[in-house]
Amino acid sequence: MMTGQPKRLNPPLLEMREIDKSFPGVQALKNVSMELRRGEVLGLVGENGAGKSTLIKILGGAHLPDSGSIVIDGRPAEIVSPTAAHEAGVSIIYQEFNLVADLTVQENIFLGREETRMGFIRGGQEHRATLELFEKIGIDIDPKARCRELTVAQQQTVEIAKALSVNAKIIVMDEPTATLTSREVGRLFAVIRDLKSHGLGIIYISHRFEEVFEVADRVMVLRDAEHVGTEDIGDITREKLIEMTVGRPIESEFPKRTSRPGRVRLRAEGLRRGDVVRDVSFSVRAGEILGFAGLVGAGRTETMRLIFGADKRDGGRIFIDGKEAGIRSPKDAIRKRICLLAEDRKGHGLVLIHSCRENFGLPNLDRFRRGAFVDRRKERARFSHFVERLRIKVAGHEQLVMNLSGGNQQKVVLAKWLERNADIIIFDEPTRGIDVGTKYEIYVLINRLLGEGKAIIMISSELPEVLGMSDRVIVMHEGRVKGEISDVARATQEEILSMAIS
Amino acid sequence: MLTKVFSDYGMVLVLIVLCALFSVLTLNEQTPTDSDAIAELLGEITGEFDRSAVILVVGEANKGSGPFAEKLREELVRAGYDDARVVVGIPRDLRVALDEMKAKGERPAVIATSGDARKWGVIEGIGVRYPEFSGCEVLWPESYIWPDFLKRSNLLAIVDRIVVIAVIAIGMTMVIITAGIDLSVGSLIALAAVISTLVMKRLGGLEAPAAAVAVGFVAGILCCGVIGALGGFIVARFKVAPFITTLGVMMMARGLAFMITGGFSIYQVPRALPWLGQGSSLGVPNTVILLVVLYVLAHVFMTHTRYGRYIYAVGGNEEAARLSGVPVRWVIVLVYIFSSLAAGLGGCIQASQLNTGTPSIGMMYELYVIAAVVVGGTSLSGGSGRILGTLIGAFIISVIQNGMNLLGMESYTQQIVLGAVILGAVLLDKVRSTGAVPGFLSRKKKTSD
Repeated sequence: MMTGQPKRLNPPLLEMREIDKSFPGVQALKNVSMELRRGEVLGLVGENGAGKSTLIKILGGAHLPDSGSIVIDGRPAEIVSPTAAHEAGVSIIYQEFNLVADLTVQENIFLGREETRMGFIRGGQEHRATLELFEKIGIDIDPKARCRELTVAQQQTVEIAKALSVNAKIIVMDEPTATLTSREVGRLFAVIRDLKSHGLGIIYISHRFEEVFEVADRVMVLRDAEHVGTEDIGDITREKLIEMTVGRPIESEFPKRTSRPGRVRLRAEGLRRGDVVRDVSFSVRAGEILGFAGLVGAGRTETMRLIFGADKRDGGRIFIDGKEAGIRSPKDAIRKRICLLAEDRKGHGLVLIHSCRENFGLPNLDRFRRGAFVDRRKERARFSHFVERLRIKVAGHEQLVMNLSGGNQQKVVLAKWLERNADIIIFDEPTRGIDVGTKYEIYVLINRLLGEGKAIIMISSELPEVLGMSDRVIVMHEGRVKGEISDVARATQEEILSMAIS
Repeated sequence: MLTKVFSDYGMVLVLIVLCALFSVLTLNEQTPTDSDAIAELLGEITGEFDRSAVILVVGEANKGSGPFAEKLREELVRAGYDDARVVVGIPRDLRVALDEMKAKGERPAVIATSGDARKWGVIEGIGVRYPEFSGCEVLWPESYIWPDFLKRSNLLAIVDRIVVIAVIAIGMTMVIITAGIDLSVGSLIALAAVISTLVMKRLGGLEAPAAAVAVGFVAGILCCGVIGALGGFIVARFKVAPFITTLGVMMMARGLAFMITGGFSIYQVPRALPWLGQGSSLGVPNTVILLVVLYVLAHVFMTHTRYGRYIYAVGGNEEAARLSGVPVRWVIVLVYIFSSLAAGLGGCIQASQLNTGTPSIGMMYELYVIAAVVVGGTSLSGGSGRILGTLIGAFIISVIQNGMNLLGMESYTQQIVLGAVILGAVLLDKVRSTGAVPGFLSRKKKTSD
């Protein structure tokens, strides 16, 4: 399916030729080739486990390929270490940023190659160089601000600036928009276009296809460690791209369902916490999905943390089935049959260094009890049940959670809460960083829970997801409820956006 | 199964290697002192010598050969050897005895001995030093080759030496698994020892009944528990770094121990006090029984109960644990209470071993305890570690110290070696768990991207 390339005088910026890579027990890449031209954005898509990360890690010098070669600017490049990758002009911006939070922007940019005179850092020089750099790519951040004080989007631009400052020719962005608001995404795309015009090559990895269509010139698809194809963005439809990624046609991104909302399960009145949650009231019924839309930082996650007792509220009341529920800690909330699938899976949802079984058991140990002891046999049996039901791909119950892919981690989180059989389930960004196929599985599961009469709250920053899944949508902005959309079928993304940013 | 044990408790291997090493290095000729040995010598003497022969039985004071000598003489007298004499003491005592006999013109027909006394120069060179006794025969039971290290008395000495640290290390393991640290345990040893002996003194001192010992111990341990609860509360409620909190507690507890005793030791203690630290039940030392019981209980607690699981979860990811409904604060308070109770018990054992309460004991013990926990494979960053690993860690430290003592190494050298071995053991564990390559070269594998 490789498109035939006309013979050109100029070699491409980057060629990765016939890369093979296997890890014990897994073939991660099978004969994968990639070509990146000057001044283009190459979208790289594929499900979790398709081999995207491995390919990028080989380019970045973190892994060595078993066979195959890398050619940069027509010359073979020996990328044997991250340092070698840097010297070859490759810069990779990971999801988790590599900035030192307590240093200033300019200190971060020059970290490891400080400008010194007689052993003293020349702060003024660094300041000027940083400003110059920022001006070139049109960003407006104070070089003397501490990185801790920056928004995620600003930190990302600092990462990009840092990459440019080491004269990177190839910039790889791994899920750069995962935590950005839509306005920030727009700004990021402007920066990317500017980089293009300077002749840089950009590899853009994302699960969000609408972004790939917006920013990429070509898109490359990996599936099951193999290169499925690379297409010009103008020659491919969204449906076709999904089909290439998943390997089978998908009729609809969101499964069909019918909902029959029942009585009000949960009602919140005047929730307040500092200036992040300001007088938020809403209610959700059994058998209903209530969507929460808004920009990152609108106070949606913080509101849910108040409901769950994870943070202390300054005011407001929570009613469950009409009775006031004195929720003061997550423990109380769990006892009232509420559960929260946190947005930050790794930080709040899982104990990464523990096994799948232990993570699954953690909130459920009172259910697996035999006298004073934990009934491990029952725990194993219940976990096996969910491994099968949710199709969790684990090497065994004792596999460490940190070694699972994002989708499977999310399924372990799902399993641990499903075992509690809560009545009110709060999903905070349930599909962030999860591939198309697994997303669909999670949607199906949410609908099944709905069929069982659960009251479901779903926070999502992906507008198509909110609109595709919810019965009603509440839009928040700066800690306040800005509006509610009851007729979701007729609502448009623009309608929500205008509410969310005004 | 066996491979699992080794991968879970890699330090077992280190311990085995150390034991093997010291066993080989301390191989030595051993002369038995048991009843078989007495019978053997008795048989030999009755077979060869008249009932009128002068027989000298020699044993070393405070060693196995002492009682052996007394016993053998009794048997000889019973068998009709009226002139059987016994010398139990140091080599000088024997020389005095021999000089006396020489002066009186007496001549021993046989010198019977065993154990360490056999190696005395005066016995080995009897014909040279006392030519007039040249006909005298020296008898001892048939000897065999066996490491000094593996002698029963030495193995018990190893346990004796480590029991306090090993008991406290149980609580410390739990604290460290929650990503905390408890520096106060060394001072709490002293505080518990002082408080418990003080209570015993008030209850009647020397003449107090055994129950007074129990009351004293409970008082000492509970005081420590209360202090631990306060420290734990400060850590859990106000999020003060455990290092600082327990540093403060450490200073205050030590000061308190000195203050309530006025700096003096308490000697007016009941006769039953040494039972715990020096006595034995059914032939097994009480300290060994205590260690086994406590470690089994702690192991089961950590691996098979809800709160054990919570302790690991709090250390692995406190926020995730809290959001899963784990009562995080209470768990943190609990581990500091456990740690302090263990330190209190350690203080009682120490008081029992020394038969006194002294405010200056337990200095620097917190560092040995932490070393035992870390050598045992518990990570200071929290979330992982094993109780039984800690027991192995404690024994590694004790075995090294004991082995070096047996080899007659200087105490300064011992410190250097001990420090190096602790570092080496931890490095070895790291290398083993990251796949035999230093961390910066090996990257964690994921099942997918």
